[in-house]
Amino acid sequence: MSAPSAASSLPAASAPGRSIAAWWQALPLTAVFAVFFLIPLALVLMVSFWDYNQYEMLPGFTLKNYVAIFDGCLSRNEAGDMCVTVKTYLSTFKFSVLVWLLTLVIGFTVSYFLAFHVRSSGVQVVLFVLCTIPFWTSNVIRMIAWVPLLGRNGLVNDALATMGLVDKPIEWLLFSDFSVVLAFVHLFTTFMIVPIFNSMMRIDRSLIEAASDSGATAWQTLWNVIIPLCRTGIIIGSIFVITIVMGDFVTIGVMGGQQIASVGKIIQVQTSYLQFPLAAANAVVLLSLVLMIIWALTRMVDIRKEL
Amino acid sequence: MADDLKDTLSTAATMQRRSLLKGTAGILATGIFPAVHAADPIVLRYLGTAVNQDKAIAEKFEKDTGIKIQYVAVTTDDVTKRAVTAPNSFDLIDSEYFSLKNIVPTGNLKGIDVKRIKNADKITTLFTKGEVGGKKVGDQGTAPKKVIYLEGEKSKKFSATPTQFMSLIPTVYNADTLGIRPDLIKRPISSWAELLNPEFKGKAAILNIPSIGIMDAAMVVEAMGIYKYPDKGNMTKKEIDLTIKTLIEAKKQGQFRSLWKDFNESVNLMASGEVVIQSMWSPAVTAVRTKGIACNFQPLKEGYRAWASGFGLPATLSGKKLDGAYEFINWFLDGWAGAYLNRQGYYSAVLDTAKAKMEAYEWAYWMEGKPATQDIKSPNGDVLAKKGESRDGGSYEQRMGGIACWNAVMDENAYMVQKWNEFVAA
Repeated sequence: MSAPSAASSLPAASAPGRSIAAWWQALPLTAVFAVFFLIPLALVLMVSFWDYNQYEMLPGFTLKNYVAIFDGCLSRNEAGDMCVTVKTYLSTFKFSVLVWLLTLVIGFTVSYFLAFHVRSSGVQVVLFVLCTIPFWTSNVIRMIAWVPLLGRNGLVNDALATMGLVDKPIEWLLFSDFSVVLAFVHLFTTFMIVPIFNSMMRIDRSLIEAASDSGATAWQTLWNVIIPLCRTGIIIGSIFVITIVMGDFVTIGVMGGQQIASVGKIIQVQTSYLQFPLAAANAVVLLSLVLMIIWALTRMVDIRKEL
Repeated sequence: MADDLKDTLSTAATMQRRSLLKGTAGILATGIFPAVHAADPIVLRYLGTAVNQDKAIAEKFEKDTGIKIQYVAVTTDDVTKRAVTAPNSFDLIDSEYFSLKNIVPTGNLKGIDVKRIKNADKITTLFTKGEVGGKKVGDQGTAPKKVIYLEGEKSKKFSATPTQFMSLIPTVYNADTLGIRPDLIKRPISSWAELLNPEFKGKAAILNIPSIGIMDAAMVVEAMGIYKYPDKGNMTKKEIDLTIKTLIEAKKQGQFRSLWKDFNESVNLMASGEVVIQSMWSPAVTAVRTKGIACNFQPLKEGYRAWASGFGLPATLSGKKLDGAYEFINWFLDGWAGAYLNRQGYYSAVLDTAKAKMEAYEWAYWMEGKPATQDIKSPNGDVLAKKGESRDGGSYEQRMGGIACWNAVMDENAYMVQKWNEFVAA
């Protein structure tokens, strides 16, 4: 990727053949991107302005789907509750932030250990592969495995009762915010480990020696040298984790006992009742929010430059 | 240049070969190659929920007729979605009657000619007249008799009086009620109101399929004496508000342990003891019992919420496949499948033929509500009931005669779904 600087120094007109070749090279990916991403996205956007009835979509232009989403959101209702959309987004944000924080701390710690404490590169590789083992089974299986563990009569409660620590089973272990966050962290910490480990491995070790030679404490080295140099990895990991949690409905459904709101779940319910335009409008709102988050995150680091 | 030419030529050749292949496939598909086609067995793509798609039924049918059944298993909601959006993706649909209000107006189903159905006149009166044993049953909601006849083969409208064309030929049906764990509740349960009884705080569950869940909620609201609906299956906005408000209040008090959406979820909740009382499907209760765990499909004084599903034909089906589909429907009503389903706790559409294929003691247990004279086994050989036990809810006439309402699609469906999301988010 040293090409951009070289290419930009050449006047574009001097190498017309080369630039056409570059266009051709970019074409396959562009085509795939267009067919599987841009066109469907445009369709979703279009449908979100359509009307619908019980069994069909009615092409046209109406804002009623968007109005329906934010219906009653400007004021609280008589019971003092917020509207469903706001409540759902707040719940989704809550999970995003919690999961992001936990995966970041755990992911960073694990990567730090792998990158700086494990000396032999062979052991490093083995341990790194170990981190990816959970990915050998499907998401849903990894999730469901928690259920018999955390249930009212599950292993954890059994163990606690046998040790005499509790006399009644702990109810909040399963089908609660706790179990949702736990499952998310279990599922997605690897998405943090991989990019952070990757950027840590690129840190020039002499910088750390220099820091220690200049009398920096371990904390100072961590805060002033390692974390800034890992920024790219942290941001990439954060994008993975936040976008997945924002759109998830399966984990929240299974681990939350189906009674915790998530935007994805609402979209799913609406599509199953053939309310495609309404679901499309919801998807557009969700997508815009996620894009804004990603935009904000990428402001903090120039990913193209860092890679 | 020469290379270019060669390229062009070979491309042209490929193109030709490709279009030839395509053409052949097209001809094969239309059935103009009779010899080849006859050698090919007919394959019927059967769209439905997993509940009705039994491997044994497909195997037996193929053995009897040589026609293959290819199951396409999706959820209740997705059956409707596919029927509306992709009617060419199946050759036979197994849908619930309440979904017809969404499917029939699209014109994607064709009326089934009852003249081609051998046992059509033996289909239980519950469907054709809304009667069991000569007595009218509740018809709130989308009762099958309201939607079973079409005005014509290509009609998008239901007929109130019998015609030659049926929208669906009934396959299985049942009346749902609450499932309970008698070993954990330890007292008799007799009313829908118990679902929201604070005594079972954190140990209750309700269906998270909005159109069905709200009917269960309505049964509870009526049982608690809060409100009496003119038609639980077709609520006004105000009635929906009231029903959802009741649910939300209960949820905020921590009444529900979980909501469930599919069969296995409900089985697991009950079997693990996470939940001791929940709205439940009869075969799910059977599934809990085969694990050796006590579970009742509890009859309640307010009655049952009934459902029924049946076979329909897509409008585009024709030729051999159409004949094959008719053959399957006829075979299905002929007894073997009916007996098989009756033994799982469902009810079959034609009772006489099913009776002929069941043992007398089985019929007495499943259909007449009599105590079992020997161990009752499921089709896979698991013991479902020991000698001397009798079926929850009694006989066919007692159970189906106690229907209070049918699964439904409301006129205010969109509003209902929106409010249901509010309940989930509360």
